[in-house]
Amino acid sequence: MNILGLTALELGRKIKEKEISVVEATKAALHQIKAVDGDIHGFVSYDEESALKRAQEVQKGIEEGKYTGPLAGVPMAIKDNICTKGYTTTCSSKILENFVPTYSAQAIENLMDAGVVFLGKTNMDEFAMGSTTETSAFGVTRNPWDTNKVPGGSSGGSAAAVAANECFMALGSDTGGSIRQPSSYCGVTGMKPTYGTVSRYGLIAYGSSLDQIGPIAKDVSDCAALLETIASYDAKDSTSVKLDAYDFTSALVDDVKGLKIGIPRDYFGEGLDSEVGQAVKNAAKVLEEKGAIVEEFDLGLVEYAIPAYYVIASAEASSNLSRFDGVKYGYRAKDYEGLHDMYKKTRSEGFGPEVKRRIMLGSFVLSSGYYDAYYLKALRTKALIKKEFDKAFEKYDVILGPVAPTTAPKIGDSLSDPIKMYLGDIYTISVNLAGLPGMSLPCGKDSNGMPIGLQIIGDCFQEKKVIRAAYAFEQTRTYEAPEIAKGGAEHE
Amino acid sequence: MSKQYETVIGLEVHVELATKTKIFCGCSTAFGGAPNTHTCPVCTGMPGSLPVLNKQVVEYATAVGLATNCTITQNCKFDRKNYFYPDNPQNYQISQLYLPICRNGKVEIDVDGEKKDVRIHEIHMEEDAGKLVHDPWTGDSLVDFNRSGVPLIEIVSEPDMRSADEVIAYLEKLRLIIQYLGASDCKLQEGSMRADVNLSVREVGAEEFGTRTEMKNLNSFKAIKRAIEGEMERQIDLIEAGEKVVQETRRWDDTKGASYAMRSKEDAQDYRYFPDPDLVPVEISDEWIEEIRSAQPEFRDEKMKRYKEEYDLPDYDIDIITGSKHLADLFEATIALGSDPKEVSNWLMGETMRLVNESEMEIDDVAFSPEHLAKLIEMIKGNEINRKVGKEVFEKIFSENVDPVAYVEEHGLKSMNDEGALRATIEKIVADNPKSVEDYKAGKKKAIGFLVGQTMKATQGKANPGIVNQILNEILANI
Repeated sequence: MNILGLTALELGRKIKEKEISVVEATKAALHQIKAVDGDIHGFVSYDEESALKRAQEVQKGIEEGKYTGPLAGVPMAIKDNICTKGYTTTCSSKILENFVPTYSAQAIENLMDAGVVFLGKTNMDEFAMGSTTETSAFGVTRNPWDTNKVPGGSSGGSAAAVAANECFMALGSDTGGSIRQPSSYCGVTGMKPTYGTVSRYGLIAYGSSLDQIGPIAKDVSDCAALLETIASYDAKDSTSVKLDAYDFTSALVDDVKGLKIGIPRDYFGEGLDSEVGQAVKNAAKVLEEKGAIVEEFDLGLVEYAIPAYYVIASAEASSNLSRFDGVKYGYRAKDYEGLHDMYKKTRSEGFGPEVKRRIMLGSFVLSSGYYDAYYLKALRTKALIKKEFDKAFEKYDVILGPVAPTTAPKIGDSLSDPIKMYLGDIYTISVNLAGLPGMSLPCGKDSNGMPIGLQIIGDCFQEKKVIRAAYAFEQTRTYEAPEIAKGGAEHE
Repeated sequence: MSKQYETVIGLEVHVELATKTKIFCGCSTAFGGAPNTHTCPVCTGMPGSLPVLNKQVVEYATAVGLATNCTITQNCKFDRKNYFYPDNPQNYQISQLYLPICRNGKVEIDVDGEKKDVRIHEIHMEEDAGKLVHDPWTGDSLVDFNRSGVPLIEIVSEPDMRSADEVIAYLEKLRLIIQYLGASDCKLQEGSMRADVNLSVREVGAEEFGTRTEMKNLNSFKAIKRAIEGEMERQIDLIEAGEKVVQETRRWDDTKGASYAMRSKEDAQDYRYFPDPDLVPVEISDEWIEEIRSAQPEFRDEKMKRYKEEYDLPDYDIDIITGSKHLADLFEATIALGSDPKEVSNWLMGETMRLVNESEMEIDDVAFSPEHLAKLIEMIKGNEINRKVGKEVFEKIFSENVDPVAYVEEHGLKSMNDEGALRATIEKIVADNPKSVEDYKAGKKKAIGFLVGQTMKATQGKANPGIVNQILNEILANI
């Protein structure tokens, strides 16, 4: 049986029906990691021994009725900025290369309770700062569709690992598009939930007011099931919101009749690759044919999202990352004279250039005399952008658009021009600024065979509408995996 | 000095709140404990940890604000103050800058009968830092995070004080209000109350303020008074010498009686304050404020009035007893056990204050239980012991909190109330001291004192003095 070709829910079902054991599934994933991760480098670290040990425990737990959920026994990967007790969590940074958390993130606790198996931690842009996974201190992750291309970022390792069948699903985090954009580049499905839906406790913060943990998987159903598992009200996170219901999978219904879909004209202007634009418009047509009401509209303020985002996220990051100082944990410079020299050398040696750039930018916009002109203005812009969306959601159930202006660029093309890289976040960033849920799912390929992503955005806590629209669209397609995903299992 | 100068003083007072747990996590605030045992990922700044506000901190801060006539900010926020120091695990302190919880308050002070308002600019909530421990053997510096995250409020006054006496009166007033609220024990020596003094001088009649300095490390009222007087002189000397006062932070060295510059305004750090995105705004509803207001205790002024009306105590006694929440509590608890208020007041004003002064301790450190004082008073009233023995026993109660009943029993201190036995003793003393009897008969009535003394001596002080006097008078009359 081709275990690796299964979705997470399919695998969970087969495990429950005793067609596949948890250990078999885990071994298959580990085998694939060993076979292809040399080329992909989706993982910062994985632990065969503890994964297999956990697989045995989970198998026993399923048999004893301890784990009854749909994802019990499914092997998965975790982005390396989510704390896992007793297991290194590096944020793909030298400054945390040896950091072993003393506790697990709430999302991880929820997954433990659901009986999933952890394979390892996935590569990312250092501290989630980047859109290509090239800023990782531990080497670039390669796109499984074309290893000369980037997987996107910052959750590039998670998206690539799912696409390459190295795991059945993964967790990512999304501050400005870090789940949706790599999902789009790698041809998988990812979702950024409404701010407050998944506890941030244990997610190493980049931009605290924007960060959310979310699922990356092969299809909409897996995403909904994984979100259902990780979402919870958590008293340890003051920004956590208690929802009336967490039954996201109940929205997996192939019916969009009467669903009102808005398409922002502003998302189809200059800079958008024509093949990407066409694929997204085709997707809208498909939904229209299924009974949805599709309309174009002017969203407004789109061009202000990027500057507002880089001011807010960098400001928060400059403060969030100040705890990495060599005093308590993580990397400390070898030779130093006195406290300030230790701080300086540790941070100079421990952080990469993109992280330093954002710390400097953030420190600048918060400094006295500039606070009002930059930081406060950015906060006001954020509030105005939210208002634009509020207006749109008075008319529409969901908004549909591209995820990124282009498909995955070549490795090395983006780093030389950070502004160009920042501009690539134009369609994803405003979703974080407004705290909305957004999903990326495949809607075609360009002439080079690279996947194109479709973004569906909902109003706050309207995940179910997003899931329903995405699911209905997905029913018109079949999941396509890159060639490399089919490799390893045959050597079993 | 040719010109007349006026001192202008404003205070920043930090008060450690008496919550059981820290401001942003569930760790204990208990003092002591092995290093880093009252810690968790939150108060040690572990990556990914998040703060959650302790509601009790808001209640205490609001209560202090209401008691100092502040306006409560019903939608207040926390901000991050960014600076690098190893005792600060996140390298930012969570504090309040833009929207502090209380604003625009005032308290009335009284210096030698002259009443005056000191305005409060704001009160804000914040977290305490950890403690650095320097190991002289290895030269290493270690950090103990047990204090990290202990809740503080900072009370910032307007520059309304003009002398050290006004400053002390203001601090004592604040301390009492906060102690009465139970929001803190406010011990300067232990650091649960800390005051930084902002001081400038100007010529009398001048409109503009002079350049101010900020004085830190003031650990007692005495140190504060000395530091204010020292700094006032230093600034006047500078001005008289034609020099300028530099705006700077200075550190007071109380053993040397002098202060030293720590940092000037030029090295002032940019703290890059911004709203903490990990915390949500604190909504304080009208109902919540009313709840806190209605739960407020009887404050000193009300207590003073009541003591006068209910117990008819002398003003001086009332002043002393209500001058310490601890003493007032002790007073009321003892009365609640049935003791006579005047009697209790006498013990507190007399023996207790004497022993406090002799042992150079603070009233707030008096540690005997009201039950023991009540029993002692009861025993004296019932003539089980005499007053002299009572004072001896009280010393033991004061120093070791002994149970007076058991102690008197154990040490055989019970009064000799047996008239027959006493009469025999006294007859012997009268017989042995003919000279005194003669003096007495000759009109020197004082001579009876000697005979009483001898009797007390012979009974190891246990004789009931009333009975002794009565028998002696009888015997002497019959001679």
